[in-house]
Amino acid sequence: MSDLRSIVIIGAGECGICAALTLRDEGYTGEIALIHGEAVEPYEKPPLSKPGPDGISIKPISGTDRILRENIAVYHDQRVTEIDRTIKSVVLTNGEMISYDRLLLATGARPRALMIDGREIQQARLFRDFSDAKAFFDILAPDYRLTIIGGGFIGLELAAAARQRQVQTTLIESAPRLLGRAVPEALAARIEARHREEQVQFHIGQSISSISPTRKVTLADGTEIMSDIILAGIGSMPNMDLAEQCGLTIDNGIAVDACFRTSDPAIFAAGDCCSFPHALYGMKRMRLESWRAAQEQGAHAARAIIGSTGTYQSVPWFWSDQYDLTLQIAGLPSEGVTIVKRMLDDKSEILFHLDVEGRLVGASGLSRGNKIAKDIRLAEMLIAKRSHPDHQALADPKFNLKSLLNA
Amino acid sequence: MSNWIKACAVDDIPNEDVIRFDHGGATYAIYRKDDKFFATDGLCTHEKIHLADGLVMDYTIECPKHNGRFDYRTGAAKGAPVCIDLKTYPTKTEGDAIFIDIG
Repeated sequence: MSDLRSIVIIGAGECGICAALTLRDEGYTGEIALIHGEAVEPYEKPPLSKPGPDGISIKPISGTDRILRENIAVYHDQRVTEIDRTIKSVVLTNGEMISYDRLLLATGARPRALMIDGREIQQARLFRDFSDAKAFFDILAPDYRLTIIGGGFIGLELAAAARQRQVQTTLIESAPRLLGRAVPEALAARIEARHREEQVQFHIGQSISSISPTRKVTLADGTEIMSDIILAGIGSMPNMDLAEQCGLTIDNGIAVDACFRTSDPAIFAAGDCCSFPHALYGMKRMRLESWRAAQEQGAHAARAIIGSTGTYQSVPWFWSDQYDLTLQIAGLPSEGVTIVKRMLDDKSEILFHLDVEGRLVGASGLSRGNKIAKDIRLAEMLIAKRSHPDHQALADPKFNLKSLLNA
Repeated sequence: MSNWIKACAVDDIPNEDVIRFDHGGATYAIYRKDDKFFATDGLCTHEKIHLADGLVMDYTIECPKHNGRFDYRTGAAKGAPVCIDLKTYPTKTEGDAIFIDIG
């Protein structure tokens, strides 16, 4: 660590903030420059699509107050325009040049724009940052007609928020069902049913043939949907332009090793922008977009920067809130071949996903309120331990899963 | 000033677990570790989520929503995303009943 005097972090989301604070926690005393692309203080993104009745507000990332005390230089409203790997420096939009001994790319992801026939559809808003969220909720008025394109988490959470504001809401998904491979079909069906109860109109398995300048959406089957607002939530793309420009290896994101080091030993990447080999899943390369993964990877990368050689092992985890429903998923359900179901009550269920050898590789839970949270957390620990739990124990809601941890 | 309120029975809380107790418009979380009992505010300091749905491991309660962790003996926040400590309350056992002092 002693030869490190300057660390530059590009991106002040969960990942970048967590990395900066971890460097200090681990005793690094040199310079830290944190490049933040926005003028507002670093903020949490999950609440943007789950606003309360009072609407959108900035919720600062936990620990942001420490940034000031810890002698971390934050460059607000600045982007990096160029990375020069030969002289190890970055150039900001204001022309300033900052040298680095180690560089961390925590550049996140951006929403995929809606394209029809090779043309970007400008009428479809995108949703990622505070300004997107503020603009969207500011104009959303009762009895407006909202058309959401994409039945993933963003689309569904915004549908729920819109219905809570009495907005007429239609959701179009081109795949045969909602939420794709990330969520088991049985839970996706319950989520869909909950939205139907709230009068969300669905067009599932339908592609869009055109969108008029006056926001009339025409589906492949000829259905026409008149809209006051159109929002596309059709996935995101890693922000890797800088990495591409300076010639780093790319593979579904900025390619890093299990310590988040890129193809340049002085440059690391973590969070939504990178793909990494996951030790828990046979070093399968993956890119995770989640709040907790961003924090954990930022922290891991920070420790690697100052010399730790540990392999990243964290269990993927994320959640979604829609109406009174909470969904939590630990691990990777799609890696399982067998499902064991545990009913906590008639509205709260957990699906355990086991691979061919009976190893627990994922758990997905859906409940009103947070009833499933305890068992999902225990499942996460069992996944981390590479456990092969007994099916009957998993299925029996009276069996305390905590006792399996010591088995 | 003391204000002891009867919260629950000893057997209402499984060992190394937590239950919710509501009183006078406020909500509390009451914990058991072997024959010792502890009480804190019921809502996480991060996003006001009921902690009683969270997992207890040893002396740590973890918020069911975003995994904020607290030591329930002292209320101390144990890292991101929580940085504000939980308020704690004295407890006492009389016979089968657990009382908390909400002051």
